[in-house]
Amino acid sequence: MFDSLAEKLQATLSEVRQHGTLTEQDIDGAMREIRLALLEADVNFKVVRQFTAQLKERCLGADVIGKLNPGQQVVKIVGEELTELMGGASAGLSFSSRPPTVILMAGLQGSGKTTATAKLARYLREEHSSSVAVAACDVYRPAAVDQLVKVGAQAGAAVYFRDPTHPDRDPVEIASWALERARSEGKDVLIVDTSGRLHVDEQLMAELVRIRDAVKPTDVLLVVDAMTGQDAVNVAESFAEAVQFDGVVMSKLDGDARGGAALSVKAVTGKPILFASTGEKLEQFERFHPDRMAQRILGMGDVMSLIEKAEQQFDEGDARELERKLRRNEFGLDDFLDQLKMIRKMGPLSSLLGMIPGFGGQQLKNMKVDERELDRIQAIILSMTPEERRRPELIKGSRRLRIARGSGTNVQQVNKLVKQFGQMRKVMRQVGRGKMPDIGALMRNAR
Amino acid sequence: MARDWSDLFITDGPAAEGAPDGSRGSRDGGGEGGRQRGGLFRRLRESMAKTRQALGSEIQATLFGELDEQTWERLEEALIMADVGASTTASVVATLEEEAVSGKLEGGQALSERLIELLADTARVGEARIDIRAKPTVIMAVGVNGTGKTTTIGKLAWHLRNELGVSVLLGAADTFRAAAAEQLEGWAERAGCEIVTGAEGSDPGAVAFETIAQARSRGVDVVIVDTAGRLHTQDDLMGELGKVRRVIERQLEGAPHETLLTIDATTGQNGLRQAKLFAETAHVSGVVLTKLDGTARGGIALAIARELALPVKLIGVGESVEDLRPFDPDDFARALIAES
Repeated sequence: MFDSLAEKLQATLSEVRQHGTLTEQDIDGAMREIRLALLEADVNFKVVRQFTAQLKERCLGADVIGKLNPGQQVVKIVGEELTELMGGASAGLSFSSRPPTVILMAGLQGSGKTTATAKLARYLREEHSSSVAVAACDVYRPAAVDQLVKVGAQAGAAVYFRDPTHPDRDPVEIASWALERARSEGKDVLIVDTSGRLHVDEQLMAELVRIRDAVKPTDVLLVVDAMTGQDAVNVAESFAEAVQFDGVVMSKLDGDARGGAALSVKAVTGKPILFASTGEKLEQFERFHPDRMAQRILGMGDVMSLIEKAEQQFDEGDARELERKLRRNEFGLDDFLDQLKMIRKMGPLSSLLGMIPGFGGQQLKNMKVDERELDRIQAIILSMTPEERRRPELIKGSRRLRIARGSGTNVQQVNKLVKQFGQMRKVMRQVGRGKMPDIGALMRNAR
Repeated sequence: MARDWSDLFITDGPAAEGAPDGSRGSRDGGGEGGRQRGGLFRRLRESMAKTRQALGSEIQATLFGELDEQTWERLEEALIMADVGASTTASVVATLEEEAVSGKLEGGQALSERLIELLADTARVGEARIDIRAKPTVIMAVGVNGTGKTTTIGKLAWHLRNELGVSVLLGAADTFRAAAAEQLEGWAERAGCEIVTGAEGSDPGAVAFETIAQARSRGVDVVIVDTAGRLHTQDDLMGELGKVRRVIERQLEGAPHETLLTIDATTGQNGLRQAKLFAETAHVSGVVLTKLDGTARGGIALAIARELALPVKLIGVGESVEDLRPFDPDDFARALIAES
């Protein structure tokens, strides 16, 4: 996510950091680099011009020229401006005081509306314990209704739809009918999925306005593909003019898209990015935090998100039990397997690493996390007896061979795991006794 | 002059045997066909005109005025705004500037004509046509989610069937997206061709295999295999795509004969990454530039052509079946910068 942009900005800023003092030329040079990085990230041309002008003014105003260690100051300013560009403080959805809260989804064809609708439904059900219904108002794209019926059900939402044989297939009618139904069934939230439409298609834009007027949504969300280029601004301006959307859902942020276009949308329309869709799975959908994202782009990590993700997976009782085991040196391969599973539930390892300060950008690019390696480790542990998992030192000779066969690996791989686990236990014992382990030595041993 | 469907495909003869009655009507239908074609070009011009309105006056004022540092900067801005990308823009503008400064080009007219030529030449790479002489010819469609793969396949099947009169079999190897097969089935019905589907979540390679096997036993002319949309960064899904391709390669020598990558014209610089990674995994032989009917200019296609030597073969300029068109580099270049 934003990797290339992050990489470029980090390179530019580390260059700036190295200077003992800065001249105006140094700053000009840095601004040129930043300008190019943003353009390549598809940030709108006009937004880039404004952004770099403002950045330069602030840098000069902050009196960094001639000062000692001015780089840190510049980095701080870039971080602040980037946060501002992405929307300042994180914004949220509005909820109606009289349910159902109605959320209208709009966007171009292929921007990911139907997927975003289902993901939002799941999010609201899980995070806000809302009862959610989704309305299938995309009557144009073949099989769009079928798709929402399927993903809506996966998300645990009620799906309101009319099948193709129904005499009245007007999307405005369907939306009103769905709203009535959501009311009578006492739903907290109704999400109205609409068909994708071009912002220059007057007829379909007028239809969208009619749908909005019929259901009077609490929130109108524009779904923007993170890979959109310079045109994103035209699209957003047209949709803003027609339906005054309240916020943006950025889709397909899991690629190497630099998402610059979506950032421009905020700059041009003033509407915040509320959610980011970061993967194929329904749960890969999160609140968008501009400040955290700015930090991630600048390689400062996103510890807050990491902690939140961890909190979702680990419960306090488990944590205490784990601590007790560590202190008593009872931490076995079974516990290790549990930990591994929990960490993997938090998401792909590469995305977790991106949240750690110092990782991201260049470092991540050179480090391919092989998830299959983890699959192998799980298979090896699962092929052990409970006794072996508690006391890995038992694993010798024929046991080793049996485990290797059972897990489809070889004896060397089993050996390696047992050895590494032994070292890990040693480190844990030290930590348990309040000593800091030698991380460097540990990393060397692990190879 | 835009290329026609008959120019796009390399075929054995003027018409394939066994074409259903009336299937070639729209091409041979005299007055009606002519009117319809006129309509098509008008539509293309109209949708391209939006590009002109955005770029035309800027470029005009720039190239027809006093040439100075700002001329080239403004020209660069215009191309950047069209998503052409920094390095392709720099290269095109540098060439133009060089020729202008050396006195080879004089006057706004000559400059804009040369600019169009440079842009068109950039787009003109590789084999621009699709060879369907092999029996069956296997065409594979790949691309990121939401770029318009399934729609493109549906329309392509319609044209092959109704303009060239060849028989088509579709393979719904997008077994991942909910209801993808249903969508393609709808298109098969419209195009009047058969379709092979698999259960949702089933192995896409098996669907591709079955499709080609059926095509061979039935003597079908062209097979088009739809694949699930995937982000080029999803290594496992890209691996799966490579596998589907290998299944096809092993089953039929020379297949897939054509691998088309759909790129959404609204895509920015990321399109270059998409094309690069899909080309590595799926050996893409051509690009379909979709959704050119909005305000997006699709300049990324130039960057893809220049850096990866991948030609655009088809463009999508609207929802209806006639809105899938063969690509014409000159029209495209002209549309990027011409005045309205």
